[in-house]
Amino acid sequence: MHTKSLAQLAQGLQAGEFTSVELTHRYLERIDEFGPDLNCFITTTADLALQQAQAADARIAAGEAGPLTGIPLAHKDIFCTRGVRTSCGSRMLDNFIAPYESNVSEQLARAGMVMLGKTNMDEFAMGSSNETSYYGAVKNPWNLAAVPGGSSGGSAVAVAARLTPIATGTDTGGSIRQPAALCGITGIKPTYGRVSRYGMVAFASSLDQAGPMTQSAEDAALVLGAMAGFDQRDSTCVEQPVPDYMAGLEQDLKGLRIGLPKEYFSDGLDNEMARVIDDAIAVFRDLGAELVEISLPNTTLAVPTYYVVAPAECSSNLSRFDGVRYGYRCEDPQDLEDLYKRSRGEGFGDEVKRRIMIGTYALSAGYYDAYYLKAQQLRHLISDDFKQAFEQVDVIMGPTSPSVAFNIGEKSEDPVSMYLSDIYTIAVNLAGLPGMSVPAGFINELPAGLQIIGNYFDETRLLNVAHQYQQQTDWHRRIPEQFS
Amino acid sequence: MEWEVVIGLEIHAQLATQSKIFSAASTAYGAEPNTQACAVDLGLPGVLPVLNEQAVVMASRFGLAIGAQVAPRSVFARKNYFYPDLPKGYQISQFELPIVGQGSIEIELEDGSSKTIGITRAHLEEDAGKSLHEDFHDMTGVDLNRAGTPLLEIVSEPDMRSPAEAVAYMKKIHSLVRYIEICDGNMQEGSFRCDANVSIRPKGQEEFGTRAELKNINSFRFVEKAIQYEIERQIDVLEGGGEVVQETRLYDSAKNETRSMRSKEEANDYRYFPDPDLLPLEVDAAFLEEVRKTLPELPDEKKHRFMKEYGLSAYDAGVLTASRELAAYYEDAASAGGDQPKLVANWVSGELAALLNKNNLDITESPVSAAMLGGLVKRIADETISGKIAKTVFEAMWNGEGDADAIIESKGLKQITDTGAIEKVIDDIIAANPAQVEQLLAGKDKLMGFFVGQVMKATQGKANPGQVNSLLREKLKQK
Amino acid sequence: MSLDADDVAKIAHLARLEISQDNVAEYARNLSSILDLVEQMSAVSTEGVEPMAHPLSLAQRLRPDVVTETDQRDAFQHNGPQVEAGLYLVPKVIE
Repeated sequence: MHTKSLAQLAQGLQAGEFTSVELTHRYLERIDEFGPDLNCFITTTADLALQQAQAADARIAAGEAGPLTGIPLAHKDIFCTRGVRTSCGSRMLDNFIAPYESNVSEQLARAGMVMLGKTNMDEFAMGSSNETSYYGAVKNPWNLAAVPGGSSGGSAVAVAARLTPIATGTDTGGSIRQPAALCGITGIKPTYGRVSRYGMVAFASSLDQAGPMTQSAEDAALVLGAMAGFDQRDSTCVEQPVPDYMAGLEQDLKGLRIGLPKEYFSDGLDNEMARVIDDAIAVFRDLGAELVEISLPNTTLAVPTYYVVAPAECSSNLSRFDGVRYGYRCEDPQDLEDLYKRSRGEGFGDEVKRRIMIGTYALSAGYYDAYYLKAQQLRHLISDDFKQAFEQVDVIMGPTSPSVAFNIGEKSEDPVSMYLSDIYTIAVNLAGLPGMSVPAGFINELPAGLQIIGNYFDETRLLNVAHQYQQQTDWHRRIPEQFS
Repeated sequence: MEWEVVIGLEIHAQLATQSKIFSAASTAYGAEPNTQACAVDLGLPGVLPVLNEQAVVMASRFGLAIGAQVAPRSVFARKNYFYPDLPKGYQISQFELPIVGQGSIEIELEDGSSKTIGITRAHLEEDAGKSLHEDFHDMTGVDLNRAGTPLLEIVSEPDMRSPAEAVAYMKKIHSLVRYIEICDGNMQEGSFRCDANVSIRPKGQEEFGTRAELKNINSFRFVEKAIQYEIERQIDVLEGGGEVVQETRLYDSAKNETRSMRSKEEANDYRYFPDPDLLPLEVDAAFLEEVRKTLPELPDEKKHRFMKEYGLSAYDAGVLTASRELAAYYEDAASAGGDQPKLVANWVSGELAALLNKNNLDITESPVSAAMLGGLVKRIADETISGKIAKTVFEAMWNGEGDADAIIESKGLKQITDTGAIEKVIDDIIAANPAQVEQLLAGKDKLMGFFVGQVMKATQGKANPGQVNSLLREKLKQK
Repeated sequence: MSLDADDVAKIAHLARLEISQDNVAEYARNLSSILDLVEQMSAVSTEGVEPMAHPLSLAQRLRPDVVTETDQRDAFQHNGPQVEAGLYLVPKVIE
């Protein structure tokens, strides 16, 4: 049951082969069995899930079911869920229970999906390995000594180990795509503004975007269709109709122009990774796509630029966590300054504090022009590189991550080497484009991902391209043996 | 040494919207603590700001009213600092690109002259909550009901040269924001407050002295007193050989002094940057045209029209246009008063203003309506009563005894204009005072007043004074 | 760009973060290496380039001025570390 696609699950539910309650029980059992070793859930909500499953069964019985009704899911613990703790992977919010629902979780609940729980993540979504969580590191199901990637590592792992059919994630610099790649699943970061950010704890507001993490492009198309859309509560959410992503999946790829940025395939790229990506591209060539070498000249500037923009925004976004109205408050504050400094000093982990400090520094008097303004200008240049490229090609492809999953502890002492693991994903967020990662092979028995980048609001094409690839390959159907 | 004072004001006007600038919570004053602070106002995680259209309309009204450019594109920025009444750890404000650009306004001074004060800019921002320092086990209580109330911060040029000019400017802005209905102007409730930047320099010196920023001034009287105190303090410092430090000072109205707020000064690095949760605000010509259509006649326009249409002095016109209600009262009274606009002006800003003031009443609460006052002036003009009798009639109107005509009738105050009747009284008085007649004829002209007085007394003030004068002269000439 | 312990203390104060004395050196080292990474930005001239604050060049949408929020104080203050008489309490603020 746990290896079925969403369409198959929906079919089984509609046909009465199993109920949502049975399905939910099945996944809750798997979470009980495998969750603790993988540490991919912060909170499980069995009682709530069963209630929702019962309601879904009633809807199905009444003939009012949609394609997602009764199907379980897990939310990254960054989405506020009414009455259920939303920790954001931080001690700061360990006791925080939101009295409101995020737009993403609300829409999926309305579609009839059943919430199994909240998944582990890097603290405040800051990290590429899921080691910065207050709730401990998440393990990669393909090798428990390896990281799952981050920051949506818990969601990636839960899907990879089939502890949930799908999960939600958020992506600020690669946080959906990189863990999807490292765990061998499919993940899409939509165009900035496609999905409402309401109720999603902010890391860097101009970069954050939510998306689904799934077993396949087809599943992603179904879930993204339910997540996306206009929400008047988010000023940056775009008022534009949501296309029928499912309808576009079967389009053939003859004449598709695929851009291969020479900067992504330079000497720096690992040979094995180059081989995986070359093999994937060969599949597209066989499907009739045309390969075009392009250039994104400012590629190497994306990481430095991102590490000004994202920390600057986060330094301000995280100021609200001050121990006054909610969240962690230190013991016996001596005075107001002590309250602030210790609540924040004790409530945040090291990586969050580092980023707050970098951002504070970059915005401070005397440094603003050299750092923040400069980064915003570079952001323009990076974004222009993509605009020019999309005049010649329909999609851009390359590796999602420079390497497969590294070992837990390997990079945690060296923030900069960790940051460089997002070198291929970060520019996409700076530009606000949609990007996707699909499983494309294995290196040393660990999954590797192919990244597909699309033009603004061209999610339909991304999903189509990924789906066609998945019709030719079975990387996305591989499940780590232990969890099969 | 002779010093010149340089003053600039930053006025914070709370915009009279129903809901907050970035949330749909109520802005009503006086609710139970934190009952009007929604998730956005409280800075809860994940919630987002969405801009209130009416705040933009109101800021635009102000921009148009001061002849400023309303920016086609303005940007919201975050001003970052930690304070318990600032829930997000930043205030959403406008920094580099404000909605309202440069404009100006005319103020009237006591000596009857006018002066133009420049307005540098006005920008939209959110108000903070309130810290209550009453004793909660030696802690401070935070009420965030006010957090997120829209503010228009109006920044003047350093164009004022005395506390009186600062007050006149503040009053003018106060009047303007009420005219254009963007702020209720309630200073007790903090809807209209100001900070003053004060510096002094030796007279004739071009460059400005170091300024102090005075915070927390919430009445016209305190503006004057706070600035006056600060000027004297700075003169003492400079004449004592010291230097004025650029700092924020808090005005303490109880002690009438300003004191340094070093705590707030420390590490004053606001790290402004564009708010990524809000997109640039665009205001196009069509939007502005719609706003313009709803604007009333502005105080300065009205003032100049009053000068032209009613022949009033700049000062009188300024006084009568200080509020829309007063101006409307005046215009109604003038139209009811026949062709006597100046006389009506004198009555409105004279007797009426004095009585309103004495009874602490607003013009809208006047027991004497504009039509009644106009009716009174009409009777002065057509000589039914004299100016002196008019005061008696006015008092009776104030006391609710009816309109002017009814009072004149019932009290028999109608002026005596019948020549025969007046002549008879004059004849009697001349006959009764032969000695005074002698002296007058001998050249003691001052006695003319005595005879007029006697006639008026005999007629209980009702005889037409002009007629009395000329008839008296005629009769005495015949002697 | 190299930050020393003093710089770290200043930034930490501005950000209201307590960094224990034992950790300052490590923070200084890590932050310096991040700034070294960031400084690669100076390799490219950006003269005359318009800064980009948002991925999409759209304008702010406006919300009608209508009150739709109701009082949810109890629900919100459920998360409050210290609340009394409807107020959030903090250590005494001295002005």
